[in-house]
Amino acid sequence: MSTVEIRDLRKSFGELEVLKGIDFTVEAGQVVCVIGPSGSGKSTLLRCVNLLERPTSGRVVVDGTEMTDPDVDIDAVRRRLGMVFQQFNLFSHLTVLRNVTIAQERVLRRGRAEAERIARENLERVGLGEKADAFPAQLSGGQQQRVAIARALAMNPSLMLFDEPTSALDPELVGDVLSVMRELAGDGMTMMVVTHEMGFAREVADRVVFMDQGVIVEDGPPEQVIAAPRHARTREFLSRVLHPEG
Amino acid sequence: MTAPGATLAPHRGLSPRDRRRLGRGAQYVVLVAIVVALACLADWGAIKQSFLNTQVMSDGLPRLFTVALKNTVIYTASGYVVGFALGMLLALLRQSSVAPYRWISATYIEIFRGLPALVIFLMIGSLPLAFPGFQIPGGVYGQAALGLGLVSAAYMAETFRAGLQAVPKGQMEAARSLGMSHGRAMLSIVVPQAIRIVIPPLTNELVLLFKDSSLVLFLGVTAAQVELAKFGNDQSSIFANPTPILASGLTYLLITIPLGYVARRLESRQGGAR
Repeated sequence: MSTVEIRDLRKSFGELEVLKGIDFTVEAGQVVCVIGPSGSGKSTLLRCVNLLERPTSGRVVVDGTEMTDPDVDIDAVRRRLGMVFQQFNLFSHLTVLRNVTIAQERVLRRGRAEAERIARENLERVGLGEKADAFPAQLSGGQQQRVAIARALAMNPSLMLFDEPTSALDPELVGDVLSVMRELAGDGMTMMVVTHEMGFAREVADRVVFMDQGVIVEDGPPEQVIAAPRHARTREFLSRVLHPEG
Repeated sequence: MTAPGATLAPHRGLSPRDRRRLGRGAQYVVLVAIVVALACLADWGAIKQSFLNTQVMSDGLPRLFTVALKNTVIYTASGYVVGFALGMLLALLRQSSVAPYRWISATYIEIFRGLPALVIFLMIGSLPLAFPGFQIPGGVYGQAALGLGLVSAAYMAETFRAGLQAVPKGQMEAARSLGMSHGRAMLSIVVPQAIRIVIPPLTNELVLLFKDSSLVLFLGVTAAQVELAKFGNDQSSIFANPTPILASGLTYLLITIPLGYVARRLESRQGGAR
């Protein structure tokens, strides 16, 4: 059983069709990077996996549960999916520790002590054990994003979704976040990553998916899609990303 | 404004600087003239007798604080609690997915912001007519809390709505992505942040409500239930002397000016944090 299985997914915002029939799977343990120009629909695809965007038509099956079935308890499935946002979205009124414990307590019904132990473990894992009592506004962007990763990991997800996790970061802070993600991939986490970091995709991804104008243009191992793309559109995109000076 | 030395051409007559100095001097002369005129026209003996009458003041002085101010604070605080809870409820209903709830909330807000608070207080006493056998619990205190609550809820609802809208959408998305239900996410994540955002305007609302509590005098209160405005009015009737009214006015300022200052401080601090 695939962790994510998407069939003929379509999504429109008003007149604009953003996803035009996507077929797509993620197998357990795989790291899939989704690349493509802005407006290609890659973030919308990711957000359809945990139904932050409701598909216009098509099927989204996660861990064997059909998300698009109106009778499914979406909250129960989302518990098993971690999501990391471009803008971090840490809860700004809560300390770092509370950010990581609140959903454990309120959603998974873990006791305070257990939740805090798990939170501290995960904060150590992302290298921020000493920031437990800080508030998000006191952290750098890179630190906030690592807390966001710890917050998602504390829920023991079977799949992690990353929506351009380094796009809002100052260049010198990107590395710390990517190395946490690299470790995560090394531990066998199933990951779906929308990113512009070609180096990361090439090095870490099992598969790279190139999207353009609402369709998947190319899907394969990085040595094919990034190093030897078959489609002209992929080649054009990559040459613009890898050699921006032209 | 011209910087000194910026004008290189020679002046004819007064220089710009001298002209500004002369204009400012004239304004001071007018001000001093008005003050002196008022001071000469006023009857200082009568002022002392009418507004600063120590004999009248000493009669009401302990009760001004122990009864009148105390009751004003009780009316204001209880009205604020009712208004806060009802206002938050209205703000949440305003965003409900059930359309009639949105209409009810919008209608309530329109009506109660459009009515003078006095009219609401005049009607509070008639409320039991609509529900036979129903009495507002707590007597005058309950009626005051309800009246002030109904008025302030409409304003607070609009404030809360602005606060809820000011919480970034990503906060709700992050909470939902962790498996929280919509209601849970509102309660644990969005509402606490919205309340933080609206603390300065809510402090201003407290100042307004403190002043509006004077309307309690229309509910018909006993001597023990009297608040500042009525207390001042009653005392001044007894002695046929307006000193108590001035005293109760000053007591309002004792509370409203510091509160207003706190609200402005909170506002500027929040402005700096963003």
